[in-house]
Amino acid sequence: MEIKKKATAGTLESSDIFVQVEPNDNGIEINLTSIVYNQFGEDIERTVKEVLSEFDVKNVKIQLKDRGAVECAIRARIETALKRAERMGN
Amino acid sequence: MNKVVKSIKEAITLCGLKDGMRISFHHHLRNGDHVINMVMEEIANMGYKDLTVNASSVFDIHAPLVTHIKNNVVTGLEVNYMGGAVGREISSGIMQKPVDFRSHGGRPSDIETGRTPIDIAFIAAPSSDNMGNCSGKYGKSACGSLGYAFVDAMNAKKVVVITDNLVEYPLYDFSISETYVDYVVCVDKIGDPTGIVSGTTKITRDPVGLMMASYATKVIQSSGLLKDGFSFQTGAGGASLAVAKYLKDLMLKENIKGSFGMGGITSYLVDMLEAGCFETLMDVQCFDLRAVQSIRDNPRHREVTASHYASPTAKSAIVDNLDVVILGATQIDTDFNVNVHTDSNGFIMGGSGGHSDTAAGAKLTMIVAPLTRARLSIVVDKVLCVSTPGNTVDVLVTQRGIAVNPKRGELKERLQASGLPVIDIHDLKNIAEGITGVPKEIKLGSRTVANVIYRDGTIIDTIKNTL
Repeated sequence: MEIKKKATAGTLESSDIFVQVEPNDNGIEINLTSIVYNQFGEDIERTVKEVLSEFDVKNVKIQLKDRGAVECAIRARIETALKRAERMGN
Repeated sequence: MNKVVKSIKEAITLCGLKDGMRISFHHHLRNGDHVINMVMEEIANMGYKDLTVNASSVFDIHAPLVTHIKNNVVTGLEVNYMGGAVGREISSGIMQKPVDFRSHGGRPSDIETGRTPIDIAFIAAPSSDNMGNCSGKYGKSACGSLGYAFVDAMNAKKVVVITDNLVEYPLYDFSISETYVDYVVCVDKIGDPTGIVSGTTKITRDPVGLMMASYATKVIQSSGLLKDGFSFQTGAGGASLAVAKYLKDLMLKENIKGSFGMGGITSYLVDMLEAGCFETLMDVQCFDLRAVQSIRDNPRHREVTASHYASPTAKSAIVDNLDVVILGATQIDTDFNVNVHTDSNGFIMGGSGGHSDTAAGAKLTMIVAPLTRARLSIVVDKVLCVSTPGNTVDVLVTQRGIAVNPKRGELKERLQASGLPVIDIHDLKNIAEGITGVPKEIKLGSRTVANVIYRDGTIIDTIKNTL
């Protein structure tokens, strides 16, 4: 999947995650902040990489602001952001 | 004789403040309080150092305390509750000496027995006359009960009343009497009314919260305690208030006449009093405008002192006659120990208040909390801080089930017989972690930043610095 434009999904509500993806020239850049970073930081990073790999995304700048979302919510938000970023136009 | 002095500065001078002394404050003005900041700023400007501040609670509005700590104006801190703004700094290790946390009952006990003698008490009073007869029921900064402040007034060597509503002598409906007061200062504003009391406290509309409240009410109904003479305390959180509302409907339906409602009083407990669910309200602190109005106008709504509320060394205290208390938790472990001092990362953001006092006294101590909050289970193997010992906690109510302390076998049978979803607390933890995943353990430092002093005077736990 090619990231064609900037796109977002999710909110900053408690138990949600805000995801923003944008095109990147060389590789995957992950920028993660989380209120449960100490407890689940590594898990969340692994989830992000897994979803990017599932959609075969090679080049992306992805920013995630996590407010304690569970894993399925994180996956859903990333997938939505990616699909929005894949479409051309507004 | 004239007790009215021109300024806080003059009162401080006349009281003979010296470096190293212990000064005290009460927290009825909550997050609207200006008095601690006004007094501490004056003290700092006058060049004093090395003071111990004994305050029944410290809120986020008191963040300027952090500067006074960093400048060594304040080198000792004793509180029953501390909001996150100051708590975060304390957790990061800005103070040499650990903070001493007590409970709402332990604090007055230690002041009365001389363990923490107060040199100067500053009483924030929404109304006072020129001799210091003062009350929280009247004035633009009205807060209702002054329950926590009595022990300060009655035991401090010097007592300064700070008011923004100086009335003609005598203020007949006084709470604290002039016999204890040395000086009276009138200032423009002792606080911000919007931070002192909420306009309205509202029950939750969140279906999870309502479900927990419904379970909690059924637990009370099934416990055998809900009969004539019933007594009850609940907090001001949205789900706790929903319990009060459900309980009121149930008591009216079953025609049960309770004896008293206690604690921080909200409009929901006032509703219960006015509907005849209770004979009286015993009020150590008002949480909303309706409660302030009720304590002013309704003689059955009584102001009580912190000692009367919860002191372990009083000849008796109200908590010892309490049937049911509903409490919150940031964490509860599989031994039913409860943490209300720190968040899941170990930062200080609360304190016992009356948590451990009421848990020790009540016949049924119920923790009501959602099973998970933002990907963290409320049930853990070991709480980061023991605020209230598990042997005083009877039931945990969550939306996913109700765990009963194994020590309360008979209660468990009653709840099961009523068809309530009783579940082992270990199973609750497993359900939670099935949703959230298993969290990595939090690493804390080795320095003690706070002692948690239980109501019997023992240090029940210490809080370590965050990394």
